[in-house]
Amino acid sequence: METIKADAGLDCFGLLCPMPIVKTAAKIKEMQVGQVLEVLSTDEGIIEDMPAWCRATGNEYLGVEGSGGEYKVYIRRLA
Amino acid sequence: MEHVEAADELERLKERKTKNKVTIIVFSGELDKVLAAFNIATGARSMGMDATLFFTFWGLNVLKKNDAGNTAKGWMKKMLGWMNKGGTDRLPLSKFHMHGMGTWMMKKLMREHKMPSVDEMMVLGKELGIKFVACTITMGIMGIEKEALRPEIDSFAGVVTYLAEAQESSVNLFI
Repeated sequence: METIKADAGLDCFGLLCPMPIVKTAAKIKEMQVGQVLEVLSTDEGIIEDMPAWCRATGNEYLGVEGSGGEYKVYIRRLA
Repeated sequence: MEHVEAADELERLKERKTKNKVTIIVFSGELDKVLAAFNIATGARSMGMDATLFFTFWGLNVLKKNDAGNTAKGWMKKMLGWMNKGGTDRLPLSKFHMHGMGTWMMKKLMREHKMPSVDEMMVLGKELGIKFVACTITMGIMGIEKEALRPEIDSFAGVVTYLAEAQESSVNLFI
């Protein structure tokens, strides 16, 4: 996957479900529509949870990078 | 005449439309189960769903102030109050409580994993706009006065309030 340029980052290192999603929901509200957020998470559940959250909230899921316990998830604010 | 009735029925059905909402009955007063309820509710709020938690029976222990003391009147209620002190500090695990040893260890593990405690979940839940409802029927039976409960509660209500909310919810859980 080509590296995605993010407009903002969110560090959720060490946080468990549902905290990364709770923080993402709060963070994305501060951003402009069209901007990209990079979420760093050590919770493997994020790989499934973030696309599901995007589907439910009408935001765009761009993809995930990383493996072995550290993930960078990219989403674009649409809603 | 008939088409008027049909129009009324249609109007009624439109009003009954399911909302994007989670309704959870918190019946248990056990740490692990209560945390599961809070997890689901905070997750729901984060994805734009409404969330209401109905606390009844042992679940009311979550809402009791830790320093409430025994405010119950009548010897049976008073006895129950002594045995069932409640408060977020006293919630046992549903398994391996082991006179507090297991629960103490679980709390330690949860802290190490940066998992929010019930108290932190309560604050977070309030910030996110989760609705807390305390069941008045069980409050009466168990002799729990309003003064013994935390200020986070949005309303005191009965089964009809729960059913009215449950009817318009897409997710309904009993924990």
